[in-house]
Amino acid sequence: MSKCFISNNIRKLRFLADEMTQQQLADKTGVTRQTIMAIENGKYSPTLELAFRIAGVFHTPLEEVFSFDEKVQKGKK
Amino acid sequence: MYDREKQSLVSLITMVLILGSYTLYVYHKYIAGNLDILNDFKFWGKAYLILIPVSIAAQIIIHIIFFTINKIVTNEGAPAITDERDQLIELKAIRIAHWTFIAGFILSMGSLATGVQPWVMLIALIYSGFIAAIASESAKIYFYWKGF
Repeated sequence: MSKCFISNNIRKLRFLADEMTQQQLADKTGVTRQTIMAIENGKYSPTLELAFRIAGVFHTPLEEVFSFDEKVQKGKK
Repeated sequence: MYDREKQSLVSLITMVLILGSYTLYVYHKYIAGNLDILNDFKFWGKAYLILIPVSIAAQIIIHIIFFTINKIVTNEGAPAITDERDQLIELKAIRIAHWTFIAGFILSMGSLATGVQPWVMLIALIYSGFIAAIASESAKIYFYWKGF
């Protein structure tokens, strides 16, 4: 399984959004709670479409939700 | 344990039960005391054709029973959404099943090439399909357990 180099601020954004639950975010983005949990824990990188939908829920730009860990990627090379 | 993991576990147990009981049934009804039937291709054709609908019907019935009991006990129904991660896990599981079956197919053809009786090849084909299905469900359980 490929290593996930994408980190995210979903936990922080959920907290700022009146402590939105994982289930609520899952319902708003049309995925399961397990998928949200896997994304939050950095075990799964979402598709671009889902990433935009998550950013849309928090009304923030995509780059404020997800960031690419370039250091890890360079270290890998 | 999540719904999908439970579903895969039920499929896994169902497959083992179906193949185990079907093997016993065929053995006692046809093969016991009549080993010549092993080289009768008509018998193998029937055995394959009966196994497929029987296993599909059994899978459906057992899943319905499981989700009914699960709903009563935990108040959770069958998974309503199949999202992108589920589809990706499904694809990975299918790939594992595919390669497992290919390996079984090559082994069964190898048995023919080495001059072993044809019924060995036919049994190897049934079991490679069965092992491929087990590998697929096990892979799903592993991926869901691991997170991905």
